[in-house]
Amino acid sequence: MIWPYDFGLLLLVVITAILALNLRDLMGASIVFGTYSFLMCLLWTAMAAVDVAFTEAAVGAGVSTVFFIATAYNIKKEAKD
Amino acid sequence: MKVLSLIIALVMGALLTVILDDLPAWGDAQSPANAHVSAYYLENAYKQTHVPNVVTAVLADYRGFDTMFETGVVFVAVIGIMAILRREGVPKGAKSRKRPPHQPPDPAITGVATRFIVPFMQIFGLYVIAHGHYSPGGGFQGGVILGASVILMAMTGELKSALNRMSEDWFIIMVGLGFLIFAGVGLACMFYGGNFLDYSALAPLFSGTPQEAAITARYHAMLWVEIGVGFTVMSSMFAIYTYLASDGWMDRGL
Repeated sequence: MIWPYDFGLLLLVVITAILALNLRDLMGASIVFGTYSFLMCLLWTAMAAVDVAFTEAAVGAGVSTVFFIATAYNIKKEAKD
Repeated sequence: MKVLSLIIALVMGALLTVILDDLPAWGDAQSPANAHVSAYYLENAYKQTHVPNVVTAVLADYRGFDTMFETGVVFVAVIGIMAILRREGVPKGAKSRKRPPHQPPDPAITGVATRFIVPFMQIFGLYVIAHGHYSPGGGFQGGVILGASVILMAMTGELKSALNRMSEDWFIIMVGLGFLIFAGVGLACMFYGGNFLDYSALAPLFSGTPQEAAITARYHAMLWVEIGVGFTVMSSMFAIYTYLASDGWMDRGL
């Protein structure tokens, strides 16, 4: 592990986590949460847990972000009616 | 209320920071988890199964029960989402208002791009499932990639075009089928006189000396099991997306 790389990743993880909780816009929060998952995936890779990183990338950053966006999209439409 | 939750979060965080010092260091070979169990797997996994990727061997063979019920959790999640979100025909009562007909988007650019990329995604998904013995990956990841390719079709074009490839009846059957394949392999082991999910009991199906056949049996049974997981995960991802994106109406994919 290279510590400056690791430290930067951890810092970004904390920033995106706080941002995802505090954003008012649901769509934006979903996308920031996807970024959070992807940063976690990079952290797993740095710790040489490649299988976990792969799962995090596919499930966390990929499909669950899509699910969140699909839900946020429907909520938005309902609010406009 | 907000102050209270902040205090609770801070106290918990402080406790965690204090306890953090007692945890074993990262990658410590003397830690309880690494000293006994991991050493056994690293020493014996290749000898007993001939699978170079120890993670796959542990997930699909040594801890088959864990993975089987993880698949079961995905199965139950789909059933739950279906029970909550799915709408049967015209809804009754206050919600009888018909949904405005959907104006399909013009998928000129995204449609072409999707048609180009989907085959590559599906090949990659199959590769991840089939190659899970040798490289990172396996049923879960490959299934998610395959499911994502179908979701992409539903997203860019019409949900109908994706449902034509994989209708509701089919994905419900496939969600169950994957779990059934996994449990079926386990039951087959019992049929041959072993324990549930003890793949070495399947040795009579393969040629070679009993010891070699047991290794081959474990190697192959892991692949079958991964395929079962892939089936369940792929179709459940698409099912969950369909119900979420169309709000249960099954008429549009976002």
